[in-house]
Amino acid sequence: MLTTLFALLYYVAFAIFVGGVAYRIWEYWNTPKPANIPTTPAPTTRLGVAWRMFKEVLFFESLWKGNKWIWIFAQLFHASLWLIIIRHARYFLDPVPTIVVLAQPFGKYAGLTFVLGALGLLARRMFVPRVRYISAPSDYLMLLLFIGIGFSGLMMTFVNHTDIVAVKAFFLGLMTFNWQPLPSTLPLLVHLGLVAIWMIIFPFSKLLHAPGIFFSPTRNMPDNPREKFQPVPWLPPVDQVEYDPPHGS
Amino acid sequence: MSELEKNPEAAAEELPPEALEDPLYFDPEPKEGASAHIRSFPAAPEFMEPLGYPGERPENWKEVALNKMKDLRGKFRSFRLFLDICVKCGACTDKCHYYMGTADPRNMPVGRQDLLRSVYRRYFTLPGKWFPSLVGARDLTEEVLDEWYTYYFQCSECRRCSVYCPYGIDTAEITMAAREILDSVGYGMKYTNEIITKVFKVGNNLGLPKPALESTLEDLEEEIEDDTGVKVRLPLDEPADILLVTPSADFFAEPHIDGLIGYAKVFHATGAKWTLSSYASEAANFAMFIGSYENMRRIALRIRKAAIDLGVKRIIIGECGHAWRAAYQFLNTLAGPFDFLDPNYPVPQHICEYTWDAIQKGQLKFDKSQNDWIKLTFHDSCNVARASRMGDYPGGQFDIPRNILKAVCNHYYDMPEGTIKEETLCCGGGGGLLTDDLMELRKKGGSPRMKALKQVAEEYGVNKMAAICAICKTQFSKIMPEFGFGMDDIMSVHQLVSNAIILPGSEQEKELMEQEEKEEAADAAE
Repeated sequence: MLTTLFALLYYVAFAIFVGGVAYRIWEYWNTPKPANIPTTPAPTTRLGVAWRMFKEVLFFESLWKGNKWIWIFAQLFHASLWLIIIRHARYFLDPVPTIVVLAQPFGKYAGLTFVLGALGLLARRMFVPRVRYISAPSDYLMLLLFIGIGFSGLMMTFVNHTDIVAVKAFFLGLMTFNWQPLPSTLPLLVHLGLVAIWMIIFPFSKLLHAPGIFFSPTRNMPDNPREKFQPVPWLPPVDQVEYDPPHGS
Repeated sequence: MSELEKNPEAAAEELPPEALEDPLYFDPEPKEGASAHIRSFPAAPEFMEPLGYPGERPENWKEVALNKMKDLRGKFRSFRLFLDICVKCGACTDKCHYYMGTADPRNMPVGRQDLLRSVYRRYFTLPGKWFPSLVGARDLTEEVLDEWYTYYFQCSECRRCSVYCPYGIDTAEITMAAREILDSVGYGMKYTNEIITKVFKVGNNLGLPKPALESTLEDLEEEIEDDTGVKVRLPLDEPADILLVTPSADFFAEPHIDGLIGYAKVFHATGAKWTLSSYASEAANFAMFIGSYENMRRIALRIRKAAIDLGVKRIIIGECGHAWRAAYQFLNTLAGPFDFLDPNYPVPQHICEYTWDAIQKGQLKFDKSQNDWIKLTFHDSCNVARASRMGDYPGGQFDIPRNILKAVCNHYYDMPEGTIKEETLCCGGGGGLLTDDLMELRKKGGSPRMKALKQVAEEYGVNKMAAICAICKTQFSKIMPEFGFGMDDIMSVHQLVSNAIILPGSEQEKELMEQEEKEEAADAAE
């Protein structure tokens, strides 16, 4: 019963996540960028843009300029998330790749820094009046969701161990449509339930910032409007326009 | 009336001392509605219809507005993406000069965006349709429309927020879209739309017809001749190699006009064949402020037509911030390709690029001591700093004006870090807000820059600030007296060039030669 429920939940969640994010990316991709609007000074070449995006995506360069506290908590949160994701690959891959094995000891503690980062962001949201003003209930819930995921995960890692061999069998079974029983311990069910919610809301929420940043015109456009003619797609070409008549003098 | 207005002294006493000194000071406690009373005058129908907008609010305005939003969402990736991906981290909240000046949270960049984002979520996203209060979504009502009008005309589209946003979200893009939506339901702004109407009718923002331009230019030629003994031309509608398009304030206002004299002297000294155009007698493009690509193109096409009609090889833009953005980022896009111009020069070029090039080639001679009474600083105009480039490398827009100033002036000092270059503070009057009905906002929004200026005035004795923007110059000459400076403490960059330049055959050249001979004789005597 429980196994069936979670198996179906994960099929649905995965479909919404992958389909939804792909649809958003398709939408962004197909929406025109009618003008060359990088925030300058900006690199003038595609290679320069790649370097700018690299610094932005991994090191949050702009945020560093903007606010050091947010930067610290955001880096704690996101860098930990990377490690956690790499570590979790062991539950979906057989045999386990070396990089995942290497990440394992760090990945375990990354759970702590992940929760710490989320708590820091939550504290700012609650106690900094400017940030409180711009926060909707969903902004708090999103952080609580992450804290819940992190906390339930930490419970399994450090307090109440789960039969991870069975968990892995469950996920490999999902992928091969050969369902295996899911261990029914509370932290695991909470953990998996929250992760499924996270996947479902991803394409409908601000979590879209993750794929979205790659499409941001102020960051991903090379600064070359004089060098390269980039016409506005929905305006008629310039040889089909009428000019204002000259003024009587 | 706000508390501050009722009793300004009492309010000032409550502020901590750094509030009066630190240019980047902001009130940690947002004051909701603190600038809600500052509203510009809406446009009358006669200034809406020429731009293609309804003169009155249509019966089905809500439908029209939402359709417009849908339309823009399909046309601008920036708009669609920026509405989706803001995570409300708060990095931008203390970065807007209008928030620093008013403490109104709707002047925090994200607060301003949310005015529109909340409506977008309600009608265009699933969570907003199903759980509006959970995600901060709200219905579009007349009150919301009024709120948009108030606060989207308290944004100068300066892009300072976009520097600090981890996703590069540029509030200017949201403001432009919001203004376009407001215009589409007949709720335009008087100042911007009246000016655009004037450009369509007369050719420039100030409404100067050709005869008035001609006589102004003749007067300037006389003035230069009286001053230097050299006949420097300011040609209008003459066949030439270079078309100069400059903000019309350069024909009329102080200190702008001294800048125009500076351009003329530089062109004269380099032997250039140049001309102004009465048809394209305006570099400013206020249609950019209201986010209307159609109107922006109509204005940009004037420059194209003038360039074709006059048979020029190059287009050069005078000192103006948003005009340089409109030219740099939009002229080629909207009115290009300019394949009929000389491919050896970028289209368009900035007058500072031209002057700096001439200085490097040794074509200009200066007597820097003419500016020795000046201790100078430079205000980076927002659109030049964050929406354009000069020269062939990123950041040239910061170096080239400073290089010119240092070539003509011995005493130059930068304002504090965090207030210059890409982090520059807006003058407070950009983005179509340079109107008397927004004077309170202009003063408050300009206060961070004024505090930065005060710091270098106290530390180094700086007594003049130069700028390359017609709006900045007008705004500063108006608000500087409020902050203990003189209204003429703002100068054009080419005004300083004009002061120091030694034209061949001029009185100044003779004086300088006599002086040099005397010095040589004195040296020889020793």
